[in-house]
Order: sequence, then structure tokens, then C-alpha cells
Amino acid sequence: MVNIPSSIDDTVPAAEVEDVELYHPHSWWTTYVFSQDAKVIAIQYSLTAISIGLVALVLSWLMRLQLGFPGYFTFIDADRYYQFITMHGMIMVIYLLTALFLGGFGNYLIPLMLGARDMVFPYANMLSYWLYLLAVLVLAAGFFVPGGPTGAGWTLYPPQAILSGTPGGQSGGIILMLVSLILFIIGFTMGGLNYVVTVLQGRARGMTLMRMPLTIWGIFTATVMALLAFPALFVASVMMLFDLVLGTSFFMPAIVEMGTQLQHGGGSPILFQHLFWFFGHPEVYIVALPAFGIVSDLISTHARKNIFGYRMMVWAIVIIGALSFIVWAHHMYVSGMNPNFGFFFATTTLIIAVPTAIKVYNWVLTLWRGDIHLTIPMLFALGFIVTFVNGGLTGLFLGNVVVDVPLSDTMFVVAHFHMVMGVAPIMVIFGAIYHWYPKITGRMLDEIMGRIHFWVTFLGAYLIFFPMHYLGLLGAPRRYYELGESAVNPPSAHDLNVFITLMALTVGAAQMLFLFNLVWSLRHGKEAGGNPWRATTLEWQTPTTPPPHGNWGKELPVVYRWAYDYSVPGAPQDFIPQNQPNPDRLSMENAS
Amino acid sequence: MAVVLILVLVAFASVLFHLLSPWWWTPIASNWHYIDNTIIITFWITGFVFTAVVLFVAYCVFRFRHKPGNRAHYEPENRKLEFWLATVTTIGVVAMLAPGLFVWNQFVTVPSDATEVEVVGQQWLWSYRLPGANGKLGTSETRDVSTENPLGLNKNDAAGLDDIIISGGELHVPVGKPVKMLLRSIDVLHDFYVPEFRAKMDMVPGMVTYFWFTPTRTGTFEVLCAELCGVGHPQMRGTVVVDTEADYQNWLQQQQTFTQMMAGEVQTTN
Repeated sequence: MVNIPSSIDDTVPAAEVEDVELYHPHSWWTTYVFSQDAKVIAIQYSLTAISIGLVALVLSWLMRLQLGFPGYFTFIDADRYYQFITMHGMIMVIYLLTALFLGGFGNYLIPLMLGARDMVFPYANMLSYWLYLLAVLVLAAGFFVPGGPTGAGWTLYPPQAILSGTPGGQSGGIILMLVSLILFIIGFTMGGLNYVVTVLQGRARGMTLMRMPLTIWGIFTATVMALLAFPALFVASVMMLFDLVLGTSFFMPAIVEMGTQLQHGGGSPILFQHLFWFFGHPEVYIVALPAFGIVSDLISTHARKNIFGYRMMVWAIVIIGALSFIVWAHHMYVSGMNPNFGFFFATTTLIIAVPTAIKVYNWVLTLWRGDIHLTIPMLFALGFIVTFVNGGLTGLFLGNVVVDVPLSDTMFVVAHFHMVMGVAPIMVIFGAIYHWYPKITGRMLDEIMGRIHFWVTFLGAYLIFFPMHYLGLLGAPRRYYELGESAVNPPSAHDLNVFITLMALTVGAAQMLFLFNLVWSLRHGKEAGGNPWRATTLEWQTPTTPPPHGNWGKELPVVYRWAYDYSVPGAPQDFIPQNQPNPDRLSMENAS
Repeated sequence: MAVVLILVLVAFASVLFHLLSPWWWTPIASNWHYIDNTIIITFWITGFVFTAVVLFVAYCVFRFRHKPGNRAHYEPENRKLEFWLATVTTIGVVAMLAPGLFVWNQFVTVPSDATEVEVVGQQWLWSYRLPGANGKLGTSETRDVSTENPLGLNKNDAAGLDDIIISGGELHVPVGKPVKMLLRSIDVLHDFYVPEFRAKMDMVPGMVTYFWFTPTRTGTFEVLCAELCGVGHPQMRGTVVVDTEADYQNWLQQQQTFTQMMAGEVQTTN
């Protein structure tokens, strides 16, 4: 199984699971709405995630307007500002990035790339989406209740999250947020179990684990991590709900709130932070690993070259996944926890840089001596490399405990995590949409609009977040509605804030062009055919495009090779699909 | 070609921006220049890696972009190269981590001669307490906080009676002497942050956290709250004045003790 999968090795083990009869829908409702087909569920997940993501985008504009032009837009008061940053953060991290990578790409690609007819538990898969939708609606309801949504910051640190000095803290806002998270986690667990079992049990004959495309390795590892990490957030949310509604004191010590002694006592605010980051740090990699996997496949396909060091790439994904569970307290160096933890968590955090660096080397070494087609997916992959390397390297500042002390809670942190887990994964999401849209719809996205979208988004986002680090270095704290007069807010910093705001509005506008392209190309895009990128992986080998219910027609595909047989010496074309046997094997089979 | 040029531009413009940026840290006023040095080392190492990777990508795009008839090289892996790269990376990581942990050890080891100063945070105000003539701070409890006793001192603890209370005013510290800041909050999380001191630490209700530093130059510095503490977070400012010893003693004489405060001899003397 650990052989280097190449064109020479074409052994095919027996199928692990029999082909099964799927649930067949009988009506429009069960085909398109309450669908059990992973491809439809994937589209439902993606459209919901993009819709709520647009809300987060608009919120980011409003925040930037306040920071660039403080006090000019009077409807953005301090309460609203904190509500905007909280909702923006939570939506982007959980309801957009996690949902889109796992619920969207996971659902679409796992069965297709593995040669399965569908997920192994289609009914639970359907429930997973509907719970996700419910979670999104509960979250959005926060905007319509008295007092508005919570303004506690996306980390929801108690005690302030449930006290009256915070917007939405003693009203429906925080309750809706916690309930929404609980619903999301229940829904995700249903989907997540599905993804894991499908990867382990639903693969086509010949699709050994070490022949799986890295996209699947990334999504699979991220899902296992999410199944282990989300329960910590679940528990923290339930306990905080109890503290607020039932008056328990899990996270609440004795407190004097605005001159009044509260009934709470004996709880620990730091306990919440440990639970939150035990989830929160793996969460970074839950978003990053699918992006790592997908971008590997984009680079390989569009550079017409096998991914360099496949086995190392797989191990790096697994090792990063495992290590990410013992680095969480690097978010808490100045939280007041025992300072000796700093030695341990700084060491684990910097160790994780090694497998991550190996991944970067292997991406760029895949470009080396490739045949690079500068398609839009490839452009986004290049944009990913630049922004991810930039954001990853600033992580070495913040992970290195003592360096973090002056920089933590400043704009440096905001710039770092936006670059590394905002811009970089979103570059991959865009690249992936341009890459797989032809399979999903049968048509190509428009090339010119795509190029404009790429350049404005990539350069604009870099111009937003690269200079922002220097505001943090200067000392400007994050989560300030306004900095006002201060040594860390000279006039030049104000000018930089204006510039960043203008860039943010520009990058936002470019996303409107992207949305227009998505809709316009549905009807007017070029016909794509079944395999426009001449790719090796199974989803491009379906009998019809878009793939039908059940994906494969009568016969399931059989896999003879790894996913990266590009430019194999002596092969007639520069790619050999995974389900294509070697010529000598074919002639043997014909002879017998 | 445009792609190559833009990638090269991104690499060089980032380096130039770093070198020419007017946005740089505030002039340091504490002993933690070690932290600044570690940041400088980290900038050098990471800056080199970033520039190298981006320029390498640009070169690959320049040299290996598709032309009709081109075919990619087939090379699944190269263990020697991968081992070599992993080793160099490990050395780079150690070069950053080792000084980092060395300085962290200093950061968490409080000198035995450090003077204790207590900072109490509440929405949205800083208060301070200094040991009185006996050199010791008395005990305190959030439960004992009231309008007359805003910092919640234990009235039955003799050690606390001569403590000096500064409610909402300026804090003064003498230059050149190590200070251990004991941090306490009576409501939500706060974070005592003076950019010029480089050090900061969260204040957590229910526990006492700390950090230490030695002020190295006199001056007046702004205190900011660095942990989101509700809607008044950006307004939670304070002032620390680093004094010469004589000025400090002069200021100290004018401050009220806990006993004086409880007796109602309240006078604001800032």
C-alpha cells in the first residue's frame, strides 16, 4: 500500500464494499430540496455558505468604514461596531469556511473522487444540511431581536459575553449565538461521520488510501479533526448558556458588575478559553487542510506535473492534524494562565512549522520543471502560495511566546490570521470553484471576468493585510472602535487606515463581479465537455457531465494508478486517468 | 510575463515597505529590548524565506510556463532534497525558538527585589494599590468590593491598612527599579498594556496575574486596555508616569492610605 503509486504499479485489490442500490427520489421536492444526493447537498451547503458569507462581507465594509473614517458614519455606533466584528468573525470561520470546505467541497468531491455512488449515509447527510441551514437562520435572527446580536467578539470570552456591558450580552443576542453553534455542531457531526466512513469504506476498487488525491486526504483529516475538536466548543457553549440562563458558575467567578455584586462565584474564565481554543486551534487547520489538499491538486493539474513528494505530503497533513491538538494555548500566552505553559506551547507551535514548510516546498517544487498553464485556478493557486507563506511566517512571530507578548491583541494578529486563514484559504476556494464549476454545471466560467476577479482580489487583499501588520507593530490594539489620540495612532496611521478601507471596498466590489460570473456563465459560459482540464482524477471521468444521480451509470470505476500520472514519459498524452489500465494489462485481459 | 513581474514586485515591494515604513514600534521604555531583538531576528529569517519562496515561484513561472510542445518532468519524489529542506527548516526554527524561550525565561522569572504594584481593572477604569510603610500588600476579595471600598480590601488584615490606594488616577513608578505588576479585575477580562513597556498581561476576575519590568527612562505613558471588555473598551485609558526617585517619593507622600480613605479623608491628588 505504501508503494510509490506510479504507472507501473497497477494492482487492483478486490472491492471492500458491494455496490449498493441508492435511494431514488420520486418527486421534484426529493430531487432538489430534501435531496439525499451528496452533489445536491454540496450545492445547497455552498449556496447557503456563500449567502451568509456575503453578510459577513458587508459587515467587514461597515467595520472598515468606521476604522477609515471614524465618526463619519453615525449609524455605526460602538455597540453596532462590536456586533459587526463578532458576527463577521463567527460567520467567516464557521458558517462560511468550515461549511464550504467540508459541507460544500467535501460532499461534492468525496464520492466523485473516490469512485463512490454517494455518501454512505445519505439520509443523515441530508439532515446535516438542514440543521446547518437552521443554525444559519438562528444566527441571522440575532440581527432582528431587541438588543441585536452579541458583540462579545468572535471568541465570546466570558464573563463579558454574558454581562450587560457588552451588546447583546443580557438579551437574546448571545443566546441565539450559542444555540446556533450547538445546532451547527450537531449538523456537522452528522455530515462529518458520513465523510469519514465514506472515505474509509466507500472507495472504488483499486482506490487504496495512498492513491487518493490530496484533496481527499485534506478533507478527510480535517473532518476527523473537526469531529474531535467541535465537542469542546459544544461543551463550552452549553456551559455558557447555563451560566447565563440558569445562573450556574462554570466560567463566572465572584463579580461586581457596574457596582452590583452578582450571585456568581467560583467559576473560571480561563477554563472557557482552554475549551474554546482546544476547538479553535484545530479549527484553523480544519480550514487549512482542505485548502492544502485542494491547492495541491490544482497545482499538479495545471502544471501538468505529479505533485512532488506525495507520500511526504500525506504524512505532513496527518502530522499537522495531530500536532494541531497540542498547540492551542499559544492563543493564550497573555491570558494569565501559568506562564510555564509558554515553554511547551511555543515549542509545539514552532515544530508544526516544519511539516507546514515541507508542504510549501513541495508545492513550489511541483512548479519546478512543470508545464505551467496560467489558467485561473493556477493563478489562484499562486496567490495562495504567496499569501499563505506570508501569513504562515508571521505565525512564527506570534507562536514564539515572548515575541507574542508585545504583538498579541494588536492589529498584527488581525493581519496575520486574515492573511493565513482568511485570504489564503479563500484563494483556494476561488481556484477550486473555477476548477470544478465546469463539472458541476457543464460550462466554463468566463475567463476575462475571472482574471479581473483574481488580480483585484489577490493584490487588493495583499495591500489590505500586509501593511496592517505594521499598525500592530506600532502598537495599535485590535477591537478598538476608535483609537483617537494616542502615541500608537499618529496621523500617518490614520492615512494607512483610510488606504486599507479603500482597498477593502475595492476587493469587495470584485466579489460582485465573481457572483455575476457564476450566474452569467450558467447560461453563457463555454461548453466544458467532460474533462476540460485534462485531469487524471475520477470526477473528470464520469460518463456524463454534470454527473447524474449515482454518478457512474451501470459500472463503478476501477482504479489502476495514483492521482498524479501527469506527463508520464512514453505515454501518448500528458495525463493518464486513474481508471485507465496500463496497455499491457489491457492486452492481457483481451487475450484471456 | 505579467504574472512573473507582479510576483517579483510583490517580493521586493514587501521588503522595501518593511525598510521604509514609518510605522514602527514606539521608543522602548523598559528592559525588554530583548523582545525587540528577538522580533528583529524573526524578521530577518522570515523575510529571507518569504522573498526566496516568492522569487522561486516567479522564476518557475518565467522558466516553465506552458509553450506548445513543452512537457513536464516526471519525478514523484526526491528523498535527499526533501530531507535536506526539512533539516534547514528545522535549523531556522531553532534559531528563532531558542532566543525566544531564553527571553521568555527572563520574562517569567521575577527578580526578588521587584516592588509590587497592584493594578485593578473594572469597566472601564484603572485603579492602583501600592504597599504602605510595611512594604506589604494586604489581602483582598471581589466579594468585599463596595462603594466605600472600591478595591475590595480586607479590613481585618492589618497588612492592608497602610496600603496606598489610587482610584482612577495616575500611577507613578520610579525609574530603574524592577516592578512586579499584580493584576486583578473585579468584573470582566482586561489587559494592562503600555506599548512602550512591551509587556502586557490579561487581568482575570477571580485570580491575580502578573508580569514584571524595569522602567528605563522617565516620561508619561498611556495605558491601553488590550482585552475586549465590553463597549467601553477603547475608552479604558490610563496614565503611567515614570519618575526619578525624588519625584516619585514626592508624589507618594501625597497619596492616601486605605485607612485614610475609609475614614473619609478622600482627596484627589493627581
